[in-house]
Amino acid sequence: MASTATSSLTVPAGSARAAHRLAGVRGVWWRRFWLLREWAMVGLIKLCGISSILFVTAIFLFILCEGLPFLRMGHGIHEFFATSDWYPTSQNPTFGILSLMVGTGAVTILAMLFAVPFGLATAVLISEFCSRRVRETLKIVVELLAAVPSVVWGFIGLKMLGPVIVRFTGADTGVNALNAGLIVGLMSVPIVVSIGEDALRAVPDTFREAAEALGATRWQMVRKVLFPAARSGLLAAALLGVGRAIGETMAVLMCTGQSIAMPIDGAFPYLHPLSSVGTMTATIASELGEVEAGGLHYRALFLLGSVLFLMTFIVNLTADLIVRGIRGKK
Amino acid sequence: MTGNPKISLQSLSVRYGRKSVLRNISFAVPANSIFAIIGPANSGKTTLLKCLNRTIEIIAGSHVDGQICIDGLNIHAGGDVYSLRRRIGMVFPLPVGLPMSVFDNVAYAPRMAGVRDKELLGHIVEDCLTKAALWDEVKDRLDSLGSMLSGGQQQRLTIARALSHDPEILCLDEFSIAIDPVTTMRIEDMLVELKERMTIILVTNLVQQARRLSDRTCFLNKGELVQEGPTEEMFGDSNANRLTYDYVRGVFG
Repeated sequence: MASTATSSLTVPAGSARAAHRLAGVRGVWWRRFWLLREWAMVGLIKLCGISSILFVTAIFLFILCEGLPFLRMGHGIHEFFATSDWYPTSQNPTFGILSLMVGTGAVTILAMLFAVPFGLATAVLISEFCSRRVRETLKIVVELLAAVPSVVWGFIGLKMLGPVIVRFTGADTGVNALNAGLIVGLMSVPIVVSIGEDALRAVPDTFREAAEALGATRWQMVRKVLFPAARSGLLAAALLGVGRAIGETMAVLMCTGQSIAMPIDGAFPYLHPLSSVGTMTATIASELGEVEAGGLHYRALFLLGSVLFLMTFIVNLTADLIVRGIRGKK
Repeated sequence: MTGNPKISLQSLSVRYGRKSVLRNISFAVPANSIFAIIGPANSGKTTLLKCLNRTIEIIAGSHVDGQICIDGLNIHAGGDVYSLRRRIGMVFPLPVGLPMSVFDNVAYAPRMAGVRDKELLGHIVEDCLTKAALWDEVKDRLDSLGSMLSGGQQQRLTIARALSHDPEILCLDEFSIAIDPVTTMRIEDMLVELKERMTIILVTNLVQQARRLSDRTCFLNKGELVQEGPTEEMFGDSNANRLTYDYVRGVFG
């Protein structure tokens, strides 16, 4: 007992003190082993924690290292970002990703036009207008929606939504920006709903009580009090939906028609949702399997991947910072 | 008591799920008076107020038995709940600055009631803020966010908001928790003036505040009505009820 007391004065750490106590019984080697094991476990846990950061950094560095040499192979930054001709396999190959970025943008915007109102309305329904039982059921169903594999979504778009679009709009083909937008929108709904609902739940009940005590109806309360109070959380929900939409590949590949031209209709000088488009993700997925490693086309695809990575990274980081800001305030 | 009571409760009982919060409460509040409700924490004072404007129905699992009448009419029978709530102003213990400007906070209820005239709205806002002893402090920044005011200012903003739809009944739930004594005195003076125009129910932990302001007082303990009567009698030396006698003298609670 006396030795325990003195050692606790010099070695305050709990584990070391326990080791001292053990040393009295089991000898000094046991104590060394014990400390080593402790050290090894802590190290392992730290390694696991840090590895996710390492992986993200390593992935980004890898695609950047594979992609950046493209700029030294006779095709400059200007061609890459500011022209819209993506003809990687022609005799005089050109690599302009503008049309791909516009394609990704068109699909994302259409998806958000669909997913944000739909998702936020669902979030409001779940958090404000439901009994507890209905709420739990709805949440499970919405989360099931997120579990549908993207190739199944692509199949639905290709075989079911496509013909419907052709019948109602008279478009030449059912696979186009609108089709992909609707499908990706549906795919983004679950994330918008779940983040949006979190944001609404985070508004203190005193706000609801105060508004209702003034005679506000439920909807007046939602519109005038909840929306302003949860504004930044709802914005984050929309942004995370955008991140999902930008990164989606398989469903988009199956639904867009993957035609790489600016989605600008001849008759109208604006984006036309019924034209086929190619997106950044789908282009990489469909072309990377057939290129020669280290070649010009290969490098171009990796540079395209870096741009895509940066876009989703910025969108997700912004959303994350907003969400963290809300948590910090609480 | 003379005349018909403004509010009357008949054997009101409330439970949250299985937990009984109020048991068999009956009393009457005469019009144009200040009625104080005192009692230790957890005795059901706030729940009682929530029954009055039926915001208790928002709480899942709550169950209300008994009858509450305002002007002799049962509040649960007929009439929509929103018009009931517009007749009652409610001030909560902790300040709630709604996420809009100071002006909009006060103009929120009149706008919902259909007031569109800018001049009239401005007049209502100034009047309510003055009554809540806040006008001088915020008149130059009516456009700033209500939630940016200090705690005490927000509490007075809450009071101004509760007055904004010109209620017949004003309920104050421990309004002075977040306010300094000087402001509290100003608001107390204002309450005595307002008594001419409305019926005031004051829930308070400050026994002396109840004594200063109220005409009648009721004492709740653990969900039950211990005693109700004219304030002088409740606080008098000859009060026969031992529990009340001890509580108002700070012996327990």
